[in-house]
Amino acid sequence: MKSLFGHLRSENPGEGALNADVTQNESNEDSPSEDSDVEQGTVEYSGPRFSVGIDLGTTHCVLSYVDLSQSDEDGHVQEVMAIPQLTSPGAVEELMQLPSFLYQAHQAELAEGSSALPWTAKPEFLVGEIARSLGSKTPIRLVSSAKSWLCHAGVDCKAPILPAEAPEEVERVSPFQATVAYLQHIRDAWTQLHPDAPLANQDLTITVPASFDPAARELTVEAARFVGLEQALLLEEPQSALYSWIERSNGEWRKQTEVGDIILVIDIGGGTTDLSLIAVTEHDGNLELTRVAVGDHILLGGDNMDLALAYTVKAKLEKDGKRLESWQIQALTHGCREAKEKIFNDPSLDVMPLVVPNRGSSLIGGSLRTELTREEINNVLVDGFFPRIAASDRPISRPRGGLRTAGLPYAQDAGITRHLAAFLAKQLNATDDLKDINLPEHASFLHPTAVLFNGGVLKAAPLADRLMEVLNSWLTGEQAPEARLLEGADLDLAVARGAAYYGYVRKGKGVRIKGGTAASYYVGIESAMPAVPGMPPEIEALCIAPFGMEEGTEAALPDDEFGLVIGEPVRFRFFSSNTRREDRVGTRLDYWTDEELEELDEIEITLPEEGRRVGEVVPVHLTSAVTEVGTLELHAVSRQDGKRWKVEFDVRAGEEA
Amino acid sequence: MNTTYTIDLTLKPTTFDLWHVCLAGTVALLAILLIVLLIVMLIGIARGRKKLLEEALRESSASLAASIKIPEPEVKIVEKIVEVEKVVQAPAPEPVVLKEATPDAALQLLNLLQKEARFIDFIKEDITAYNDADIGVAARVVHEGCNKAINEHFKLVVVHEGQEGSKITLPKGFDASAVRLTGNIVGEAPFTGTLIHRGWQVTDIRLPKLTMGHNAKIIAPAEVEL
Repeated sequence: MKSLFGHLRSENPGEGALNADVTQNESNEDSPSEDSDVEQGTVEYSGPRFSVGIDLGTTHCVLSYVDLSQSDEDGHVQEVMAIPQLTSPGAVEELMQLPSFLYQAHQAELAEGSSALPWTAKPEFLVGEIARSLGSKTPIRLVSSAKSWLCHAGVDCKAPILPAEAPEEVERVSPFQATVAYLQHIRDAWTQLHPDAPLANQDLTITVPASFDPAARELTVEAARFVGLEQALLLEEPQSALYSWIERSNGEWRKQTEVGDIILVIDIGGGTTDLSLIAVTEHDGNLELTRVAVGDHILLGGDNMDLALAYTVKAKLEKDGKRLESWQIQALTHGCREAKEKIFNDPSLDVMPLVVPNRGSSLIGGSLRTELTREEINNVLVDGFFPRIAASDRPISRPRGGLRTAGLPYAQDAGITRHLAAFLAKQLNATDDLKDINLPEHASFLHPTAVLFNGGVLKAAPLADRLMEVLNSWLTGEQAPEARLLEGADLDLAVARGAAYYGYVRKGKGVRIKGGTAASYYVGIESAMPAVPGMPPEIEALCIAPFGMEEGTEAALPDDEFGLVIGEPVRFRFFSSNTRREDRVGTRLDYWTDEELEELDEIEITLPEEGRRVGEVVPVHLTSAVTEVGTLELHAVSRQDGKRWKVEFDVRAGEEA
Repeated sequence: MNTTYTIDLTLKPTTFDLWHVCLAGTVALLAILLIVLLIVMLIGIARGRKKLLEEALRESSASLAASIKIPEPEVKIVEKIVEVEKVVQAPAPEPVVLKEATPDAALQLLNLLQKEARFIDFIKEDITAYNDADIGVAARVVHEGCNKAINEHFKLVVVHEGQEGSKITLPKGFDASAVRLTGNIVGEAPFTGTLIHRGWQVTDIRLPKLTMGHNAKIIAPAEVEL
């Protein structure tokens, strides 16, 4: 089985050896010990000088930092670090973004010493710009979108599976290893620029999509630990974007928002679209921000748009009888991206010529010329990805074809506005608990009052305008005031900047967004019903962590006892819900709709022998805790002696798939 | 002549006459000369010895390095700086030292222009055989790519902010390396004239660093598809 880094871990806290009579609730108090200890341990070490934020994006990574030693009540100094990276064999350049690509070069491909970096003569993997540029010509050796694989149910993220389409001979890496490689590069770049302030001793925040499931979050933290960044905290990307906006507004945010606001954060990046809702409420006269809902993981982004344009142009060329090869489509995609940006940025431009140069040294002969018009862009991008639809429309989902190659579950409907409509309708009741937020009776979806954009795609004014237009048409349709756009966001670097600012905020220097878990979590339990032939046993969902469970808290289920067999792995079905807010710990559901609960990968507990007899049955109950880091932890606690065992999330069904 | 000179060493001169002044002056001069000569010699010897010592040291360390294999390979990034030819305006008749431009930086720029803009391909192609429309198509590739390469690696600003074609006045002591006077150059500053070209200057340069063994002369490697 996937034994790359091993999952089996038994935990035996120091105070765990409580008397058997002590009730289980009490033995929980020592729970999130592991992580907070580590954090404090590093703080003692002369104290962190920087608060660092890393945006570990699907297509790009960015690092930003706040110099805490130069920050006080009035202000702070924030920078984005240029990351040295190979841009072509033998050339090292400093770029603001590190492309999240990994390239498995053939041993004959690069000259000796041409892959040297300032800190190593021969890096284990090529990452960054060089990986992207080499990979564009040799896609079989390119690993991309590793992050999306982390959140992909049904694969073992520590098994070497990428590049998915590579021939046998190419050495594969796991999505986890790729994540480690990016973090390692960033860490080494930091160490080189700040030799006296190692990254492991700084406050560090890594951002993850709000839609990441507990296993993917855990893997991200594990990757950070693997490169020695034990102290890393997690922050959801849309929250980070909002922090960045708060930081850039220089205190003006209190004037631009008011009690009762619901801020919709729309983050459309290169590969994914992430939606979140953040409510503005009041507590003791102070404005408070609470993240009330997050959307599903939608694999749809800017790259899809460029590809859609390239295929439109390709169809146009093929109508004229020109056949395109795959390298030409690649070049066309690149050309389309640049032409699109020019047309979007310059309203007077209606046509942009596109040239696909010949690959040989003859440039003038053999180049392919065509053009991209504003009308095509409007049709393909504005109407294709942001169609004008009613608030009641939903994404179309076709049944997947029976035979499907192992790949990422890309969104089937490219209409981002449809995904948005579905999200807002699904979250209609998200603010029921907040007394400051009053939704009209007749509302058929949650009415956002303000919108914050993030991600490079929304830099294009026509796309941003269309998105606002569609949203406002829904709102006016229900006699609600139009939502306003929060101005002044830095769409490319906001997530990293916000993450660095979050470290500063955690020191009590600004407003914090209340978040907690982005969903409620359940384990599946077979109900005690007489078996009916031909019917699968009925299953009940037992809530083990409620929605919005805050960092550093723990919940136990002393009344629901299981018998676990020593030495045998026991698996549970695992579910999450981002709509059922009212469920408390211990709530049992015997009926739910498919929309309410989403099944995640199974979770697994193995009780090691440790002096017991194999086959012995130990009665345990479950506890859940949200660590300070921001990950969910499940433990099985023994009834007899308070011993605790960790429940592993990362038991992806790799071996069956 | 029977003048005899008696030598009496006990005698002391009572008058300080011209001859004695001359004598004293000569002695002082010679003494100073001797001291100066001695110092010069000493410095010369010291320098020579230092050099020798250094050489000996270098040799021994080289042989040491050759005999002991250093476990960690040293990574050196060679930073290339484009050096601008600069005329030194010194009044002294000393020989003017002209800076030698490093070839690597120039090669690097060619590499960037070729990579982004297919610059060498375009220049090396015989364009007489093609019509203007075809050349125009290729020129787009070159223009767009050059624009990208230059903007990414150089920060360019104009030298003079004024409107081209307008009258401007150059104050006394203007920078003659940044502004070139042409035409009817007579009289004294301040000069008044027409701004013909605003000029360009690079304020920031960010060329990629090269790894030690990188052969910058390969501007574009040959490409072989398998």
